[in-house]
Amino acid sequence: MAIKSALAWVCAGVISITAAVLAGCGGGEAKKEVVSIKLATTTSTDNSGLLDVLKPALMKAHGIELQIIPVGTGKAIKHGENGDVDVILVHARAAEDKFVADGFGVNRRDVMHNDFVILGPKEDPAGVGGGKDASAALTKIAGAKKDFVSRGDDSGTHKKEKSLWKAAGIEPSGSWYLAAGQGMGACLTMANEKRAYVMSDRGTYLAYRDKIDLPVLVEGDPKLFNPYGVIAVNPEKHPHVKYDAVKTFIEWLTGKEAQALIAGYKRNGEQLFYPDAR
Amino acid sequence: MNESILIDGLRRALTLIVRGDARVLEAVAVSVWTAGTATVIASALGLPLAFLVALRRFRGRELIITMLNTLLALPTVVVGLFVYSLIRRGGVFGPFDLLFTPWAMIAGQVVLALPITAALGQTALSSLDSAAGETALALGASPARILTTIAWEARYGLLAAVAAAGGRLIGEVGVSMILGGNIARHTRNLTTAIALETSKGEFALAIALGMILMVLALGINFLLRRLQGRREAA
Repeated sequence: MAIKSALAWVCAGVISITAAVLAGCGGGEAKKEVVSIKLATTTSTDNSGLLDVLKPALMKAHGIELQIIPVGTGKAIKHGENGDVDVILVHARAAEDKFVADGFGVNRRDVMHNDFVILGPKEDPAGVGGGKDASAALTKIAGAKKDFVSRGDDSGTHKKEKSLWKAAGIEPSGSWYLAAGQGMGACLTMANEKRAYVMSDRGTYLAYRDKIDLPVLVEGDPKLFNPYGVIAVNPEKHPHVKYDAVKTFIEWLTGKEAQALIAGYKRNGEQLFYPDAR
Repeated sequence: MNESILIDGLRRALTLIVRGDARVLEAVAVSVWTAGTATVIASALGLPLAFLVALRRFRGRELIITMLNTLLALPTVVVGLFVYSLIRRGGVFGPFDLLFTPWAMIAGQVVLALPITAALGQTALSSLDSAAGETALALGASPARILTTIAWEARYGLLAAVAAAGGRLIGEVGVSMILGGNIARHTRNLTTAIALETSKGEFALAIALGMILMVLALGINFLLRRLQGRREAA
């Protein structure tokens, strides 16, 4: 058929043009001498701005480029299990231990910690203000059936919140318990609009402090402690990972230089993270 | 509060553009080059497909048209997950090490845009009055000549299909987020940067980036209109 051959002709034409365009683009890419490693970490860590300080320091010290993929803790661990990334930096101790126990991760180290706070409207209708005990505060909120915004996204923060409800012996449900399924920032905005209670990591809270009208009502409970761990993806499970560079990175992150950078990192005059590595 | 975010956003957008902010320029570059390349590929594959289903009658043709129109409704996140399943370690294309690179974004965007160029291109060709092609045929024109005539007659519709695909790609966030990973200076485009700034509570900056995206889209569409105008004059 005449039309058929013409169609083939057109197809061949466009495909060769595309190939030429692609080849041109590929050739234009600059060669990199540095080693790049992919780090999956939580959005809260990335949003804090700390990594923007650590990244150039790591590059300077070891010529390692950190490619940061900010996702929820659950997804970061999943990416580690699948070998999509070389190393993860997360905050969910139980899930981290499982990740290592299942053979997906090796060389887990404590890096730093910050803490969670419980925020709520100034009027404090459930009367939790001033207390230190997080579970007692949650019990009061549940008893008064006052709105509480939960992340509901299986993030590290959500896992922590669930453990606090469990410690209080409460299975939160009902129209007052709002499972948002969104990031920390979105939940803070939602709680602000609905005049609800919400649990947040301190870093995100500080970033949002000027935009919301929700004071800290509960803080300082050891149960609100939020430790971060770094874990290399097991090279035996995923031989393609850049384990040597990751090892250098972990040594550096838990070493003197990076730990001092973490301790010195401030936002709005407040320290966000406390170094934990020994 | 909403008003102030918008005004603040507009002010910051202007500042970012005037100052030529490096992070913004990088995000613009990633947006343009991934969406642009994906649009070219999706057009190169989709338009011939459009010609095929519009001009030829064969078994399964109706099914293909229905499928293409259905695929227009595909959520970007689903496309992202589909391509992720192929290019992740252990996936068919795992060994190519594509995940979290601009190439992964392009692959996902091609899947997203292909139904657009094919379905809208087919609509453009089908709605064409067949007189031109028949006249050319009657005059004994070569098949290539006939095809060119048809393509010329349908040029507005075909360009509109390409423009729609490009517009969809430059504004999509699901595919870019899942497959690109939102890595700064590498796979962070305007839309994933907007999502990131929103999650940080930097609403004004997010809106500023959104405005820059709209300016970019406006520029591209303006260029396309000019192109059409020039062709008309030629």
